[in-house]
Amino acid sequence: MSSDTAVEYEVAQGRSKSFYPRFERKDELQHQTHYCPGCGHGVVHKMLARAIDELGIQDRTILVGPVGCSVFTYYYFDLGNVQAAHGRAPAVSTALKRSRPESIVISYQGDGDLSAIGAAEILHAANRGENITVIFVNNAIYSMTGGQAAPTTLLGQKSTTTPEGRSALGEGYPLHESELLATLEAPVYIERVGLGDNKQIAQAARAIRRAVENQVRGLGFSLVEVLSPCPTIWKMQPVEAQHWVRDVMEKTFPLGVLRDRTREAQPRPAPATPPALEEIPRLLGLEHGERLVKDERQVLNLAGNGSALKRTGERARAAEVDLEVRIAGFGGQGVLLLGEVLAEAGLESGLEVSWLPSYGPEMRSGTSNCHVRLASQSIDSPLVSAPGILVAMNEPSLRKFDRTVRPGGWVIYNGEEFPADCVRPDVRVVALPFTKIAHELGDARASNMIMLGVLLEIAGVLPDASVAAALRRLVRNPRWVELDERAMAGGRARYREMFAEVHA
Amino acid sequence: MEAKKQDRGLLRIDRDECKGCGLCIEACPPKVIALSEELNHYGYRTAVYAGSGCTGCGICFMACPEPGAITVLRAVVHSAARTALEGSACASN
Amino acid sequence: MRKQLMKGNEAIVKSAILAGCRAFYGYPITPASEITETAALYMPKCGGVFVQAESEVAAINMLYGASAAGVRAMTASSGPGISLMQEGISYMAGAELPCVIADVMRGGPGLGNINSEQGDYNQVVKGGGHGNYHTLVLAPHSVQEMADLTALAFELADRYRNPVFVLADGFVGQMMEPVEFPEQAVAAPTPHWAVTGTAETRSNVINSLHMGADELETHVLELEKKYRLAEQREARAEDWFTDDAEIVLVGYGIVGRILKAVTAEARAAGIKVGLLRPITLYPFPVERFRRLLPRAKLFVVVEMSNGQLLDDVRLALNGARPVEFLSRMGGNVPSHEDVYRFVRERAHALKTAAGAEEERLAHV
Ligand code: SF4
Ligand SMILES: [Mg+2]
Repeated sequence: MSSDTAVEYEVAQGRSKSFYPRFERKDELQHQTHYCPGCGHGVVHKMLARAIDELGIQDRTILVGPVGCSVFTYYYFDLGNVQAAHGRAPAVSTALKRSRPESIVISYQGDGDLSAIGAAEILHAANRGENITVIFVNNAIYSMTGGQAAPTTLLGQKSTTTPEGRSALGEGYPLHESELLATLEAPVYIERVGLGDNKQIAQAARAIRRAVENQVRGLGFSLVEVLSPCPTIWKMQPVEAQHWVRDVMEKTFPLGVLRDRTREAQPRPAPATPPALEEIPRLLGLEHGERLVKDERQVLNLAGNGSALKRTGERARAAEVDLEVRIAGFGGQGVLLLGEVLAEAGLESGLEVSWLPSYGPEMRSGTSNCHVRLASQSIDSPLVSAPGILVAMNEPSLRKFDRTVRPGGWVIYNGEEFPADCVRPDVRVVALPFTKIAHELGDARASNMIMLGVLLEIAGVLPDASVAAALRRLVRNPRWVELDERAMAGGRARYREMFAEVHA
Repeated sequence: MEAKKQDRGLLRIDRDECKGCGLCIEACPPKVIALSEELNHYGYRTAVYAGSGCTGCGICFMACPEPGAITVLRAVVHSAARTALEGSACASN
Repeated sequence: MRKQLMKGNEAIVKSAILAGCRAFYGYPITPASEITETAALYMPKCGGVFVQAESEVAAINMLYGASAAGVRAMTASSGPGISLMQEGISYMAGAELPCVIADVMRGGPGLGNINSEQGDYNQVVKGGGHGNYHTLVLAPHSVQEMADLTALAFELADRYRNPVFVLADGFVGQMMEPVEFPEQAVAAPTPHWAVTGTAETRSNVINSLHMGADELETHVLELEKKYRLAEQREARAEDWFTDDAEIVLVGYGIVGRILKAVTAEARAAGIKVGLLRPITLYPFPVERFRRLLPRAKLFVVVEMSNGQLLDDVRLALNGARPVEFLSRMGGNVPSHEDVYRFVRERAHALKTAAGAEEERLAHV
């Protein structure tokens, strides 16, 4: 250097501004991390902080900290900080990123956290291709809890829970989490790096920066696994531990890029603008406007039948509707739909209604039944234990409920022959081969609607217009509406023929 | 702080922050970092700069686990003319 | 808005979205799956996030993330799934993160069955996770309440920065009743403590870790203050003919509906019966029980579990009145007829006892 130049020095490498100037984790030692001398975590922290500095994303970054030695990330990083439960950081990160797509979400995890208790969360976050960055610090041991074996512990490596060394027979083989994740389609970038020497350290810093940058570019899931020394638990001097990473650990966990699709990956489209608040009710299918009938109770009340269906005693006042129906059959016989049309028609007519199904696997193969109530007054219990009308689609369903029908009630039974032992003197019966009738009408599946027609005649409380409106609301296919309407009309006609004298 | 031999680099070590793990000593290519004889406030022997020979490569910085224990500075070469203009402003370095 | 016939499980989701919920994370389980399915349908349309998680463990931790990001978030499950969520719920209470969890109860323990039961009472009301915390618990007994209490749950969750449960049973979830929603959807403001990935929120920390003994104790005492406040302000119950009731029936959820029918029938028969239906199970409406003491001679707890509600009623009454217990489990329902018979017998016994007492006094 010649005499006409002056030498000055500028900071080339110094404390990242993504770190807090002081660490308020304790009253004293506010300038140091809590990590042991020679621990790899501090090095990884510095790489991450520098990447964030360089990418200019400090304000946007949310760091999700794990449980383990690095549980205190929020003491060090001057970023948005969220501390997660053991192993769950990828789940927490998923939600942070999805709700705040503009943010940069980094999941920082150790090997116990990520590969043992959090094995499912990391697998599925990777498989969904969450646009997050995962920093996976692997030191082949549970450090914070004092040196128990991890899924990543090397064969033969001693730990407090493998005092004789890990054996393949007892504990299986070291889990290659990164290789495993690299079998998935979605991840964009997975690389294993080490902190075993200067060259490895330089590569690790580059990899971490890439993994963060991928997210900034919106490319998708990136993970960097860092083989990292834990001198304390390994019971080694820091330099010795560093060399162990390079000379021993790397043999089990080879370094290198396991997945790189950063070039092909397309940046994710920006999230769609959410709909205006005023749009929400419509989007939820909530209709404005009124029912056909609301305040005036335009409910028909045919004398005779209607009153027979009411509960006896003072509970039901005259001229009030209190219809309790039980509908039972096998899955696929339209039991639930019959009940729904009835309830919907009741609501359309300004009545209080309830519909309660049996549910679960029995819906699929076996029996199915539902409780329907229509009433002028508010409905106390939606459970119908003593129906005024029982609709039985088959004999087993009849036998299950026939004894529960209230005296003076009705049974609508799908069958030509009403079983003799089910006959009760205090219950009236409409027994017809409804399925056959429906078949003749055009489709056997319409038998439920023929039975509904009979039921409507018996109940005699619902205006036709309400029933028609209910049917249209629930059955969208016009062909089916037409068939169902014909079926219902057929049912009504059958009933009138049978019980002409009631109306006379 | 002025380097006598006008090295390309200069090292600052915060002795309170250093835990004396020795990774920087191992990492430093020209081997210009050593472990102190005396203990610091917390009872650690800490890294100390030999005083010259730093190339400013920054390798020790990333090898060190502490966020702010090591600061690596690098020489900036100014022309005399520029120095004349900005000299006083840069003196604080 | 026009009343619509709707399942309880569907009403929950629509109400949640109207209340500003924009994140749903769930895992299928009968009889709560329809909540997750309905959310899958509507949440994205309404600008929210829906993810079917890999487990209930993941789902609750996704809620943790969404809530940390300042978004109104919810999940839904049933017994076994709620058990798996307990760790995350404890974390959320500890980190003071609001969320709403719908539990549509099924039969237990273990795999139990998928029938309607109320056996999750203890694990939900008593805070089934670890540590010193509570969850607020709302217990709907109709589809309308499924909607109304879900909206309330979001309010309470934000007000107390705490998880809030909507504790329903299979019946209330599966049944359809007319339901009316508010005309307007609500925009939930982003809370100041959230971590949203912005300069303004950079210094925020979501965390439940407090290393120092004093530090943790202080934190727990702060949580306790919130719970005391909730106990003062949020306890709710429905009184149903309790004014002059000598026998007070107690039940929540679908049982509350059955007890209303029983009350109607018993009243028609001249028996002085009423129903006290807790709507909040935590905070438990203790005062509402005490208020009935001057006239009430007997309390009858009816539940679809093994005396879990009974414990709280006994604590509330603190020995002041006898408490009797009726229960069915496994998916069986205490029938209207059985409960009515029980009430009639007890009423008769009370009358006989009162008569004997009068006679005794007359002879003194
Ligand atoms: S125990 Fe190991 S991993 Fe934990 S801080 Fe110490 S060196 Fe680091
Ligand atoms: Mg570890």
